[in-house]
Order: sequence, then structure tokens, then C-alpha cells
Amino acid sequence: MTPPMMCVTRSDSPATDMLQRLLTSALIAGAAVGLIAALLQLVFVQPVLLHAELYEGGERTHFVAPSGPDHGAEADPDATAPADQGHAAPVPQDNGSAAGAPGIGFDAPRDGLSILFTIMVYAGYGLMLVAAMAFAENNGQKITARQGLIWGIAGFAAVQMAPAFGLAPGMPGMAAADTTTRAVWWVATVVASTIGFWLIAFGRNWVAFAAAIALVAAPHLIGAPQPSAYAGPTPPELAAQFAGRAIGVGLVSWTILGLFAAWLWSRSREA
Amino acid sequence: MSTIARSGEKADVKLANIIVVALLGAALIFVAGLAQSETLHDAAHDVRHAVGFPCH
Repeated sequence: MTPPMMCVTRSDSPATDMLQRLLTSALIAGAAVGLIAALLQLVFVQPVLLHAELYEGGERTHFVAPSGPDHGAEADPDATAPADQGHAAPVPQDNGSAAGAPGIGFDAPRDGLSILFTIMVYAGYGLMLVAAMAFAENNGQKITARQGLIWGIAGFAAVQMAPAFGLAPGMPGMAAADTTTRAVWWVATVVASTIGFWLIAFGRNWVAFAAAIALVAAPHLIGAPQPSAYAGPTPPELAAQFAGRAIGVGLVSWTILGLFAAWLWSRSREA
Repeated sequence: MSTIARSGEKADVKLANIIVVALLGAALIFVAGLAQSETLHDAAHDVRHAVGFPCH
């Protein structure tokens, strides 16, 4: 039995050795990119999420300021129910359009866990990506670090952009359909999009391309599970910013993941 | 254990190895992103939102 981390001496079985190389390249790439993604999230995404939690927890309330300049609250002479529109709750002073976001801070236990889980998620992505690269190589493709960039972008499109097209990254406190239903749609969309993009990349005839388009489009034609009512307490401005940033961080991280994974895998494979 | 080189090219990676690696990756993603255990959910909460997994 060779110790797991001793890669200097080659083991006897080429199969075991190859498995080790697959795992090592994928996990190193995944962990490194997980760390990068975690830092990007802490700087760009977490402040928006913390801001949203102020609304989720009721410390701030959205859209209740009766004197808001742009809500048209004054111009309702013919409102049908002017008296009972839910102004009973005491309204905090810094409500409504208060736009001060919590600064970039570091909450050690909470953000430490986030870093850990981001590394775990990207290690998982890295393993899937390297497995797919090895499979493509078995089928005659060549993987270089430069091509890894395209693999990363395709991975982003399949695993993050495609599901986000139906279920945009949401903040705490937003209205949403049942979690299990959304998870089923999410997994189905990722699987269908992955096969679809694979067929676009490696398909050789129009049947493959037609199947690819059907697979990529189907989840969105069927439609993601949506909430029955939009009753979330968080401001749409924050939600939009959150979705944009989550997707942007995903694109950057996945692109680097593709580069690292392809580079490490092609190197370790040649070794 | 036959990993045969294909016409002088690099040896193919055995399909079984590829499947093991992919399954391991899927398991990590499931545990970190999708499993609905209360503890896991709380610990991974911010990441699930930031990465766009379905969360509460």
C-alpha cells in the first residue's frame, strides 16, 4: 500500500496510480479555486446577503415609508382601502430607502464555515470536471491548460448559469417554491445542460446538435418552480445585486477552475 | 488490470476510475449544496445562497 500523499514513487498498478493522479489534480485545483471563490464571495456577495438579512429579520423594513418620494403614497384619493394597509407595525427610522450596507467584516465562525464549504463545493466541481476531461481524452480529445478555460466556462454555463436562468441565486428571506421541488429541477437542469453542452462541443452531426438544443431548452420551457406569491421582505434592488454578483463570482471561479484543473491534470498525466 | 496504450498515444484512463472520481465529486456537491440536514444547512447556508443552490 502506498501512502496516499507520496506521489514520488510510482505504485505498481497503473490503474491505482491513474486514480491517484485524477484525484490529486482535481482536489488541488478545487481547493485552490474554492479558496479564491470564498474570498470573492466574502468581499462581493456576503455584504449583500448580510444586508438582506436585516430585512429578513425585520431590523429594516422595505417599502413601508408612507412619505417616500417615489411611491406615490400621496396620490391615492380614490384608494379603496386607505385605512387598513398594514401601517400598524411601528416603522423604524432607517427604513425604506436606507441603502447603507453592512461593511465587509469577518465573522470568524460563520465565514470560516463558508470558506470550508466553498472549498468543498469547488472540490466537488473539480472532481467532476477532471473526470469529464479524462473521459473526453479517452475519446480522442486533447486537454491543454488553455482549453481548460473553455471547459471552465462551459462548466459554469451548465452548473451555474443554466439553473440561474430559472432560479436566480436568491437571498435569505425571498419568496420561493418548496426547496425539494427546486432541488429536483436544479439537478435535472444541470444534468440536461451538461449533456447538451457536451453534445454541442463534441457532437458530429445535426441530430446531436438538435438533441443538444432540446436538452438545454427543455428545463426552461417546462419552467422552474416559482413561488405562488411574491411576498419576500427584501428589496428587489438588493436581490438583483445579489444575483448579479453570485453569477459573476461563479464565472470567474469556474474559469480559473477549468484552467487549474486542465493544467494540473495534463501535467500529472504526462509525468 | 489492463490499461492499454492506444496506438502509441497516452494510455486511456479506466472508465471505472473516471466513475469513482465523478461520484466522489457528486457526493461532495450533494453534501455541501443540497442535503437538507438541519446542521448541514445551517453550516453551509451562506455558501448555498452565494453559489445559487436551492436554499430556503
